[in-house]
Amino acid sequence: MSSSRAAESLLALNQQEELEDLPREYPLSTSEDEGDSDGERKHQKLLEAISSLDGKNRRKLAERSEASLKVSEFNASSEGSGEKLVLSDLLEPVKTSSSLAAVKKQLNRVKSKKTVELPLHREEIERIHREVAFNKTSQVLSKWDPVVQKNRQAEQLVFPLSKQQSVFAPIEHVVSGWKARTPLEQEIFNLLHKNKQPVTDPLLTPMEKASLKAMSLEEVKMRRAELQRARALQSYYAARARREKKIKSKKYHKLLKKGKAKQALKEFEKLRKVNPAAALEELEKLEKARMMERMSLKHQNSGKWAKSKAIMAKYDLEARQAMQEQLARNKELMQKIQVASESAEEEGVAEEEGEPFVPDMVNEVQVKASGPNPWMFRNHSSDTKEAEVQGDPEELAEPAAQEAPESEEEGPVVAEEILLKEFEERRSLRQKSGLKQITKPVGSQETKDPSSQGVLSELRALSQKLNRENHQSRKQELSSTRTVLAVQREEPAGEEEEPLLLQRPERARTLDELEELGKEGCFQNKELPRAAVEGQQWERNPSNHLSVPKEKKRKEQMIDLQNLLTTKSPSMKSLAVPTTEELEDEEERDQRQMIKEAFAGDDVIRDFLKEKREAVEASKPKDVDLTLPGWGEWGGVGLKPSAKKRHRFLIKAPEGPPRKDGNLPNVILSEKRNIRAAAHQVRMLPYPFTHHQQFERTIQTPIGSTWNTQRAFQKLTMPKVVTKPGHIIKPIKAEDVGYRSSSRSDLSVVQRNPKRLSIRHKKQLKKNSVD
Amino acid sequence: MKVKMLSRNPDSYVRETKLDLQRVPRNYDPTLHPFEVPREYVRALNATKLERVFAKPFLASLDGHRDGVSCLAKHPKSLATVLSGACDGEVRIWNLTKRKCIHMIQAHEGFVRGICTRFCGTSFFTVGDDKTVKQWKMDGPSFGEEEEPLHTILGKTVYTGIDHHWKEAVFATCGQQVDIWDEQRSSPICSMTWGFDSISSVKFNPVETFLLGSCASDRNIVLYDMRQATPLKKVILDMRTNTICWNPMEAFIFTAANEDYNLYTFDMRALDTPVMVHMDHVSAVLDVDYSPTGKDFVSASFDKSIRIFPVDKSRSREVYHTKRMQHVICVKWTSDSKYIMCGSDEMNIRLWKANASEKLGVLTSREKAATDYNQRLKEKFQHHPHIKRISRHRHLPKSIYSQIQEQRVMKEARRRKELNRIKHSKPGSVQRVSEKKKRVVAVVK
Repeated sequence: MSSSRAAESLLALNQQEELEDLPREYPLSTSEDEGDSDGERKHQKLLEAISSLDGKNRRKLAERSEASLKVSEFNASSEGSGEKLVLSDLLEPVKTSSSLAAVKKQLNRVKSKKTVELPLHREEIERIHREVAFNKTSQVLSKWDPVVQKNRQAEQLVFPLSKQQSVFAPIEHVVSGWKARTPLEQEIFNLLHKNKQPVTDPLLTPMEKASLKAMSLEEVKMRRAELQRARALQSYYAARARREKKIKSKKYHKLLKKGKAKQALKEFEKLRKVNPAAALEELEKLEKARMMERMSLKHQNSGKWAKSKAIMAKYDLEARQAMQEQLARNKELMQKIQVASESAEEEGVAEEEGEPFVPDMVNEVQVKASGPNPWMFRNHSSDTKEAEVQGDPEELAEPAAQEAPESEEEGPVVAEEILLKEFEERRSLRQKSGLKQITKPVGSQETKDPSSQGVLSELRALSQKLNRENHQSRKQELSSTRTVLAVQREEPAGEEEEPLLLQRPERARTLDELEELGKEGCFQNKELPRAAVEGQQWERNPSNHLSVPKEKKRKEQMIDLQNLLTTKSPSMKSLAVPTTEELEDEEERDQRQMIKEAFAGDDVIRDFLKEKREAVEASKPKDVDLTLPGWGEWGGVGLKPSAKKRHRFLIKAPEGPPRKDGNLPNVILSEKRNIRAAAHQVRMLPYPFTHHQQFERTIQTPIGSTWNTQRAFQKLTMPKVVTKPGHIIKPIKAEDVGYRSSSRSDLSVVQRNPKRLSIRHKKQLKKNSVD
Repeated sequence: MKVKMLSRNPDSYVRETKLDLQRVPRNYDPTLHPFEVPREYVRALNATKLERVFAKPFLASLDGHRDGVSCLAKHPKSLATVLSGACDGEVRIWNLTKRKCIHMIQAHEGFVRGICTRFCGTSFFTVGDDKTVKQWKMDGPSFGEEEEPLHTILGKTVYTGIDHHWKEAVFATCGQQVDIWDEQRSSPICSMTWGFDSISSVKFNPVETFLLGSCASDRNIVLYDMRQATPLKKVILDMRTNTICWNPMEAFIFTAANEDYNLYTFDMRALDTPVMVHMDHVSAVLDVDYSPTGKDFVSASFDKSIRIFPVDKSRSREVYHTKRMQHVICVKWTSDSKYIMCGSDEMNIRLWKANASEKLGVLTSREKAATDYNQRLKEKFQHHPHIKRISRHRHLPKSIYSQIQEQRVMKEARRRKELNRIKHSKPGSVQRVSEKKKRVVAVVK
């Protein structure tokens, strides 16, 4: 490095020499000795330069022999000595002076401050930019979600999406474009145009129209006056309203409001007398206002006014009162009728049970029974009718129970209602005697096992029901499954303590009868296993005790509950905290008895064996009897073909192949499967279907025009995508689906954002140029 | 005695004109039309068979190029016009109805890498290996004029792809970076980069037109926002993506044609899992194009076949191939969604029906009703084994067929191995990764 520098200086010197050679040739002003001394110095410098060329830094400190010629006021020159001046050297003497203390202090203060954080790394910044941009874009895109969803699920899509609106040209335009050519046409045209017959509106000619339009002078004057008056009135009203609006007195406004309210009330009273229907309507409006209020939550403490009042309330009694008033009003408005909510709760319970088909009447009846204020129902005009309708059965139930129900369909319904009513009564009683019960825990009432409780109550209900029926000894048709459901639904309601004390006498009676019934049931069940078709029983014992089918049905229901019963039976043993031993015993015995009866006819194994036997029988090939009665011998009523003939014409079926499940006692292998048909059958349930029945149903519904009307056929065979031949299908546009497309063009945005772009672009260019 | 005559109103049975259809009284009593399911089944079976009988998708071959066709472009306004660029720098404009080349330009030295039409259809752009972007008039020079581009932009690097904005006078090129150009300027108004690798294709979103997607040779797909002039997100796949195509009906869906024989449909808002993996090809997929209805797309592959996939199915519904068709480089679905064009290595552009057995031309209403009914029947009974077998049957060239078998074996082996690995390791230590997730290496924010 140093050598190169030396070489440079050498070069520079040489050049200088050359330059200075010129003036030597033309000595104009320089004196001889000056030139001499100059040359001497240069020579010395040259020598120095040469000596420094050899690489070693043998710089000698030049001695300063005389005062420097170049004294500048701007910088201290240190010519001669090779050493540079350092600022600190100059400052050294100043350091002690105290005038710089202020500066120092400032410096310290600056030092004490925290340093500014480093700006983020460029990549980091870019990442953040990208993330923000991505979020923004995906937000923009999410507006397409509903459209895409709709298009994917659409029954039919017709492309191109944007339809060219067919333009309706007015008939004049069409007519004017058309020229009459044939003489007949011309004649007609002439006729038409001579009278200026209208083309479009055939009623009035333009002349007629013009005459109609014209008004008489008086009329015009009158109309103008009328308009003037109306305008003046309007302005008066406006002025008045403005004035009233400006009045700041709160008292005035309050009075005004009260006055209005009073007026309204008065009017309402009047209306009620004169026109009850209108009054009812009015009332409904009020109800609607309440509902709106409920929705809007206007009278809560969130309004501007309320907030201001809340601040004032601390100091101002009046404000506090106003606030309280408002809160009260809010409460009043927000109050929903209690009963409705209760029924909702009830429904919730029902849903928990997993019973979607809850009869409405359950709730209704209950409402009737427990509703505190029947007038509250007036508001629900729609509900009222139902309530009335539902209310009727309650009164009707008793008489209906006395009479034999004529229609078969009505029977179960009535029975169901009775049952429900019983439940209702019991519950209300329970509610009344709630306190009593707490003091008198009896038997299983205390158990916490809800399901066993449910079963108990269920059984109780059953017994009551049977009891009643036996008492009245009347014909009851098979109760519909709906009853069953209703009963099941009621179970959780029975979870609460039962007023057993109230029920016991009834039940004691019941049991006896139930036993009898049970015997009957058992007797029947011995003949046939339960699972064997019940219809047979029905046929066999048409004259049986009439409540037996009922009982059967009940049993079936309980068998549905089989799991429940079997699993919970041990817990039933350890049921309760006994008050008295015998009470408990009795209870338990009851339970066992009941369960035994319930499953008396339930022999699963025997059922299965029978089923298998039947299956085997069914699958065996049948003999074919080709005897023709009366052929070759006498025939007629009471005459049978002879045994010989029968024997002759009976074709014995060949013994089939041995059954595959012949040696498997616990299995039935169906041999119905047809291999030939199986080749054409679908083996696995295809994807969108969740149940084989769904699939079968779609297959079984024919779509051809042989089975469907023309319209239905067209609808069923509608193609999913319809395109018009020869039409270009453009990509979907926001306008097509009713969105507004962004008015700014993409390009304009890019160009409005030039700063970042330009920087980026510059960088890019730089990079490119470097490359 | 009054005699009652049988009489009926002639209105109910007499035609008004001779051209009317005969009025046929029908009795829809189901007992009169028994066996509806078996009868319809037979009809469906016949319809399926007929469909296969009439499946003749190949329409025409446009020959004239003197090198492999490297790119295709549709005319935005005219269905009959198609543009193609070849590997020798030649651009040809074809008329499909006449099946003739109507215009020919020597556009570039070397490959024509990309070609795209302006949205108005008056001009088109090409990029080539000679580092130029050229704009050309759609209708050739008038008499006596020389064939010259309207504009030429000389770039610094090779441009490998080009796409035009769907609404504005802006186009995008790709190469070292994605450049967005104003048509009026000779320098890009914005360039976007993310990493340094050559980008093979760039595509504008046809619905939300400010969005762009590109794919680079470092296996990633990058999305850009033109308005904010920034990349948005990047997804890195197992292998390189050759090109992408946006769904014209669903703004956020795009499909990527990948080197690993598969196509991946992504929802751009959730790039970590593809919506669907479409597999059937047995070699790298080179190009993909959506049908304008957005319900299907067609893909061109190196395995000398093109396949049509429904967007929501992972298997193709159709495969087209001919003996003479070599590696298919580019493919396009025409804007009326009726035809498919593909350009291949052996210098031909082929025209196919998008629906192989469709009858072309005007259909009478009864024909239309019959085809609709048949279509619906086929759909209804599509799961029945016989019908399924017939409708799925395709003849394949031996190379593809054997490849498919081979790959089936490979796939099965892989699956078995994975199962074994799971079976023989501590429960929970080996996680099963779904086929969809397996292919996505990373999503970079």
